Amino acid sequence: MTTPSQRRKPPLGIVTRPGSSLRNKTGSWGILRPVFDCDKCTGCNTCESICPEGCIRHLEKKRYEADIEFCKGCGLCAAACPASAITMVEEHR
Amino acid sequence: MRKMIEGSRAVAEAVGLCRPDVISAYPITPQTHIVEELSQMVADGDIEAEYVRVESEHSAASVCLGAVAAGSRAYSATTSQGMLLMIEVLYNIAGMRLPMVITGVNRAVSAPLNIWNDQQDTLAVRDAGWIQLYGESSQECLDMHIQAYRIAEDDRVLLPVMVCMDGFILTHTYETVDVPTQEQVDTFLPPYNPLFKLDPADPITLGAYAGPELYHEVRYTMHREALGAKEVVKEVARQFRDAFGRWSGDVVEPYRCEDAQTIFVAMGSVVGTLKEWVDAARARGEKVGALKLRCYRPFPQEELREALSGARQVNVLEKAVSIGAQGVVTPEVRAALYGQASQPRVACAVVGLGGRDVTFGTMDEVLSRAREGETDFFAGLRAEVLEES
Repeated sequence: MTTPSQRRKPPLGIVTRPGSSLRNKTGSWGILRPVFDCDKCTGCNTCESICPEGCIRHLEKKRYEADIEFCKGCGLCAAACPASAITMVEEHR
Repeated sequence: MRKMIEGSRAVAEAVGLCRPDVISAYPITPQTHIVEELSQMVADGDIEAEYVRVESEHSAASVCLGAVAAGSRAYSATTSQGMLLMIEVLYNIAGMRLPMVITGVNRAVSAPLNIWNDQQDTLAVRDAGWIQLYGESSQECLDMHIQAYRIAEDDRVLLPVMVCMDGFILTHTYETVDVPTQEQVDTFLPPYNPLFKLDPADPITLGAYAGPELYHEVRYTMHREALGAKEVVKEVARQFRDAFGRWSGDVVEPYRCEDAQTIFVAMGSVVGTLKEWVDAARARGEKVGALKLRCYRPFPQEELREALSGARQVNVLEKAVSIGAQGVVTPEVRAALYGQASQPRVACAVVGLGGRDVTFGTMDEVLSRAREGETDFFAGLRAEVLEES
């Protein structure tokens, strides 16, 4: 019986290990990104919880940011924000 | 031990000797006897496999896919409509590089409904990434299943193997076969030792996603390794000969081809008839030979070139037709000879669809029509039936 070290690598592109989505930076898909208005923001967390990418981070009480490497610019956060504190702006990445 | 048994029983015994962990199949004529025998063997405690009953061939193939992904040795069998229903999963099994074995019992495809033999079904899945071996006799099919697991599970291959076996002609006829002992098979075929498998302790995903930046290379390497599998098929045939003392060719098997001016190329049980006919035709002075195409995928281009380039005429007997084009195997035979200094003419003769007998008369007809210059034709047509059309 061969030991693992004597054996070939798995065929290309077939075996994926956990955490690989972090390498798949989907941010380039988008043409819009959210801009947060801290003066209007109430810190309610709606944007963070609705983001399908999970890329909005709650930095402090009324301050959020979107991770542009993964934000696809879908605009759900802006549409859902009860305080209208998020504006989608065009950005070609 | 030599036994006088049905072809299906011979395959079931071979599969049982390979110690599969999981068998899943849906019954369909003429594959039924194989999986009936296997389920009986499981029920009687003769083999330790788990037999999973399912509601369709799509599910049977899916059960096997999961079983191999989890590190088991798996087996299934199907034919015709069942093969077509499996096709999506067949591509996935090959694409995930999961070694398993399926008996592709050869039967015509509907419509019209026909349960008898031709090879349209397995040839319809030729591009899925499976290695395809075509057996001439029950003994060869028995031997091929034992070889098939060893080929599939080889680290250089990691592709599933389909052993193609003509329905009724082989599955339902009795033949004396030499069934090896469990010890012999255990020595030849060690337990499956997967290179990768689904395991909660070391989680992985298989075949999940490959975008345009990766997929092209994944398919390229799969194709390259499938082409390389040809050497493993040959190597395993030699090792099988050394271990069991039987030889029925590796990727091809030439029969009386050395000085042949005309060589017939064929796959499966019709090769048996063809060899008998070659003897008869040679007795009346025809310089003919036969070339069995034993391994159709990977396609043995170099071996065909070597075996055929000395001939003046090559006649391919086709048990399937690409409707609106020509036979399925012939274009690849012609391509193998393309650009060679010596180029025999290659005729494509479609024979024996839907169980029509292929007889010495059929071979005579192919020989004379090709000699008269016909290149693409159906042999053995019944004029009285065509008159009604």
